[in-house]
Amino acid sequence: MARRLLLKGGTLLDPSRRLDARGDLLIAEGTVAQLGGSIDAGDSTEILDCAGCYVSPGFIDVHCHLREPGREDVETIATGARAAAAGGFTAVCAMPNTEPVTDNQAAVGFIIRQALRAGAARVYPIGAISVGQRGEALAEFGEMVGAGAVAVSDDGRPVASAHLMRTALEYAQAFTIPVIDHCEEPTLAKGGAMNEGVVSARLGLPGIPTEAEEIMVIRDILLARRTGGHVHLAHMSTRGSVELIRWGKERGIRVTAEVTPHHLTLTEDACEGYDTHAKMNPPLRTAEDVAALGEALRDGTIDLVATDHAPHHYDAKEREFTDAPFGIIGLETALALVVTELVGPGIIDFATLVDRMSCRPASLFHLPGGTLAEGSVADVTVFDPARTWKVDPSAFLSKGRNTPYAGRTLTGRAIYTIVGGHVVYRLDR
Amino acid sequence: MTSALGKDLLGLEPLTTEQIQLVLDTAEPFKEISERAIKKVPALRGQTIVNLFFEASTRTRISFEFAEKRLSADTVNVASSGSSVQKGETLVDTARNLEAMRIDMVVIRHGASGAARFLADRIESSVINAGDGTHEHPTQGLLDLLTLRDHFGVLTGRRVCIVGDVLHSRVARSNIWGLKKMGAEVAVCGPRSLLPWAIGEFGVTVFSRVEEAIEWAEALNILRLQLERMTAGYIPSLREYNRVFGVTRERLARAPRDVLILHPGPMNRGVEIDSDVADGPHSVILNQVTNGVAIRMAVLYLLAGGRPELAEAAKGGA
Repeated sequence: MARRLLLKGGTLLDPSRRLDARGDLLIAEGTVAQLGGSIDAGDSTEILDCAGCYVSPGFIDVHCHLREPGREDVETIATGARAAAAGGFTAVCAMPNTEPVTDNQAAVGFIIRQALRAGAARVYPIGAISVGQRGEALAEFGEMVGAGAVAVSDDGRPVASAHLMRTALEYAQAFTIPVIDHCEEPTLAKGGAMNEGVVSARLGLPGIPTEAEEIMVIRDILLARRTGGHVHLAHMSTRGSVELIRWGKERGIRVTAEVTPHHLTLTEDACEGYDTHAKMNPPLRTAEDVAALGEALRDGTIDLVATDHAPHHYDAKEREFTDAPFGIIGLETALALVVTELVGPGIIDFATLVDRMSCRPASLFHLPGGTLAEGSVADVTVFDPARTWKVDPSAFLSKGRNTPYAGRTLTGRAIYTIVGGHVVYRLDR
Repeated sequence: MTSALGKDLLGLEPLTTEQIQLVLDTAEPFKEISERAIKKVPALRGQTIVNLFFEASTRTRISFEFAEKRLSADTVNVASSGSSVQKGETLVDTARNLEAMRIDMVVIRHGASGAARFLADRIESSVINAGDGTHEHPTQGLLDLLTLRDHFGVLTGRRVCIVGDVLHSRVARSNIWGLKKMGAEVAVCGPRSLLPWAIGEFGVTVFSRVEEAIEWAEALNILRLQLERMTAGYIPSLREYNRVFGVTRERLARAPRDVLILHPGPMNRGVEIDSDVADGPHSVILNQVTNGVAIRMAVLYLLAGGRPELAEAAKGGA
């Protein structure tokens, strides 16, 4: 591989530096060596043609499930990291609800090693909040962070105990990591399969009310206020949650939040016909919620887009709705969904897209990247904002095929994904 | 072969008023067969039907079986006990196996909402939903409509109230769609904890007190209260349920008119309905059972491609 890469002829887009201009970018020794204007290729420099594309700091997904260890039949760290790269992500954060749970330094170290071996997108482990994600005793945050964990979460399970959540928010401050909560009041959500509303009533499916999320959102915000800790709220789905987060941010409380591409683009109507590919937790809500989430992403109330990439075996989804598992894959469709459904209609612009998918995740999770500043790590995404393509699950690099977007024609696609100066993905053009 | 009802009968929500009317009209001539000494006609001779019951059911299963046998179909009953289902076979594998045996129709009862649709989407045979989770129970809805029509002549403008655990009731949903399509006015009544949160979107009146419902209604369809609703915390006790929501003779005595009493069964006497109401002069609960066989014969006949105008002729000559 060439030691130097010249990204030629693209538009440099880096909202962290208020940069949006045609220009070249030179990468040397794994870092950004020079940017802007026309740069001449020197010796042993590979030139990547970026005409018609945006060259932006690499996308970072702070929420995905890579299933290894435990369910390597469904996804591995290697396949997940390659899928991430194909989606334009230079880094992803892996949730700890593996088998066994990532709740100690050895488990964290295992993920780091597997990711290095894969040589695709970077993979940052997220450690569990509680031992075994059982919601009782705190896991060893310090040792996990020492081994490479960048945050803690019991994702997949809500932190039911307010006391445990409080303690986690206090204890995590020694390590400057966010505590991520999956906001779900377990007794209200119990047995639920989709949003509680007219569609669930008609289909005869047990519903999950919006309050199941919102009660925990306000609890977490109040505990962040009490403790001064940083709480990051995963996969927000309701208009009410947006209002509560806005309330918290106005008061200077350290709350940040994410939204998934599917909660930004689909409603409960997708569950019609008992389509298990529309079964997620939190569930798809109403058009009103979707509109509020898009607006919150625009105005920054919701800080970032995260995929909640959740691969499942096709057998697991090919069954009765109430018995099917929650979740869909998202790494390879996230960019295109945001371009098609948010940038397309003018809800956000491309600079905001890059901010919410790269700059903010990097700064909130204290990760390298998120900028094209000279001397920074060369994690770069080159994407074509106008390229249309048809979603074909069989072509995914993820092992997962569970997506409700199969057959959809979307706009926007990663062309090159560059991690530490190495091209880890290039689209066949 | 496309029948007047389409390939399957999965619910009343997707049916048109004309299709519902057609089933009710087709059931009329079939009523008489059950009154004969030899209760059999050859309409479905050579057709194979599987009754696939993943949930315990006595009444519905027997009703379907009689309907099938009186139409001369060959039938196989598969109950969840002792079948591959208990060995952990998935519904999709069950579907594929049935398809491989080249059957004509499947009658399915299943605890999961959407199970009938799931099967129908995956096999060529006709699927009849005999109750899927808390979704729909279309043949029950149709037999309730037939019973009401027997009494009232036409359903337009008639006031029918569904009383009880609407939240968990597939019978309630099929009744709401069916009654509304037939032009009836529909109300529901029950503890708010046992009504769907979005019930207001169904276009029905909601009564929170059974006395109000009785004052309003010309017919009450009283739902069975599952005993497990108490342990799950939806209501405090069956005793209190009876005292607050039970349909009793005393409450009916205060009604401004005679109120027709329906119940899909099986009844919990002394809980949702008192015995003297169930056995009283305005109860049509056993008529519902009789009509159930005729309705299921009509549905089987129509789905098999039988022409409605020939239903009368189909009765002739065993």
